[in-house]
Amino acid sequence: MNEKFDAIVVGAGPAGNSAAYTLAKAGMKVLQLERGETPGSKNVQGAILYSDALERIIPDFRDDAPLERHLLEQRMWILDDESYVGNTYRSDAFNKPPYNRYTIIRTQFDKWFSGKVQEAGAMVISETTVTDLHMDGNRVVGVKTDRTGGSVYADVVILADGVNSLLAKKAGFHPELRPKDVALAVKEIHFLPEETIDSRFNVSANAGVVIEMAGKITNGMVGTGFLYTNRESLTIGIGCLLSDFRKHGIAPYALLDKMKDHPAIRPLIEGGTMKEYTAHLIPEGGYHAVPPLYGDGWMIVGDAAMFVNSVHREGSNLAMTTGRLAAETMIELTADDKPMTAKNLARYHEKVKTSFVMKDLKKYKDMPKVLENNPQFFTAYPELLNRAAHELLTVDGVEKKAKERSIRRSFVKSRSWTGLMGDAVKLWRAFQ
Amino acid sequence: MMRVEERLFQNRYRVDPGRAHIQITDPSVCTVDCHSKPCTFCCPAGCYTKEGDGRVTLITDGCMECGTCRIICTEFRNIQWEYPRGGYGILFKFG
Repeated sequence: MNEKFDAIVVGAGPAGNSAAYTLAKAGMKVLQLERGETPGSKNVQGAILYSDALERIIPDFRDDAPLERHLLEQRMWILDDESYVGNTYRSDAFNKPPYNRYTIIRTQFDKWFSGKVQEAGAMVISETTVTDLHMDGNRVVGVKTDRTGGSVYADVVILADGVNSLLAKKAGFHPELRPKDVALAVKEIHFLPEETIDSRFNVSANAGVVIEMAGKITNGMVGTGFLYTNRESLTIGIGCLLSDFRKHGIAPYALLDKMKDHPAIRPLIEGGTMKEYTAHLIPEGGYHAVPPLYGDGWMIVGDAAMFVNSVHREGSNLAMTTGRLAAETMIELTADDKPMTAKNLARYHEKVKTSFVMKDLKKYKDMPKVLENNPQFFTAYPELLNRAAHELLTVDGVEKKAKERSIRRSFVKSRSWTGLMGDAVKLWRAFQ
Repeated sequence: MMRVEERLFQNRYRVDPGRAHIQITDPSVCTVDCHSKPCTFCCPAGCYTKEGDGRVTLITDGCMECGTCRIICTEFRNIQWEYPRGGYGILFKFG
């Protein structure tokens, strides 16, 4: 493999596939390297696909992409130990094509996406781990792989190697991840007949439901849980900051088991056959943790660059968008006959900054710190809200005014007036 | 609670015999210096075990390649972590 390519893309997840597809479509000579047996076999996600980001790359993806259910209903649950307070948004507008969001199964979806990349003309080689970058001074000129004689060269290397991004660390492009900047999520997939899922979740004809959860299920740690409906399976998972897992000393799978045993969750998954258990890190450091995005001969995209909006549970769409923007940067520079220097590739950073990706991360830039320093949002408040609901909904001859007083007292007792005000201000600011 | 081994039994792996992709750099650091041993309870595959004599043993066969152990070992940086050779390690069926 002594051939030289226009671009080498490391990794075949949403970011890498979007970059490789966009480049190959524009006629560039692209090599994409994937360490899994097939593209997708190393990849883990909840998983929800956001149509918009993919539509901008493959407008007619709905014709043949393996999609599970389009999302009709979104539930948000705040859980106490044996109850939850929730809200639901369901609209028939979400039940009309073109659908905005779908559940997907990543191994199938990534394989499909990779097929599109290959059709577009990129050379995709699986079962190949990239072990290092080839440098010429400060400039990235290619990659080393674990195949014999496995060095390959290109004008640009696009790092789409996921959250761990060992390559960027080895090259000194960014330091080791900090435990408070990543969430560890564990997940199981449980198979049930399609009709059972339809009736349990009050849907039909491939419509699906998302349940996002927060509260006591995370044992006081910063994190959330989720339950997604696929066509014939449910994925259920929970993720918390790694720094919190360390501090609280609880095994991730024990937390998942506790969540599955919650009286409001157990009946939803009952009778299912568990067919896979997965774990994955989610880069949740946000705006302040985004590393340098480019240099001489390289750009970094997707999870490898911390592009996750943890507040809105978005990541794959940020990955696809940044992969596409990196590719478009390269296509433009090639058209202008400009070399792939850091100075010219800075255009990628500009594109990311003016897109929703960086704007959204910037909007929530203080959120990681606020949540980290205020565990009451995951403990005291879920408990207070649930008790308030219980008090109000229990009919026992006590006058309503007395019930309200009792609820108010419970809030003040738990958080104090200044604490309540402070918490409101903190949350309001973090959402600004 | 379901044991972690039962869970991992559902997963598909291609183990690379004799080539563990993760290694403890200096086992005596785990035994003597590291008191909290976070790898033994944070690893979602339970690859690290705290032995009765304080040693930490590592069996990587069930590893899901998430990176937790490497990142959590902040105090001693005592873990050498690489990806398995191409095609080896966890092979997710669904992801």
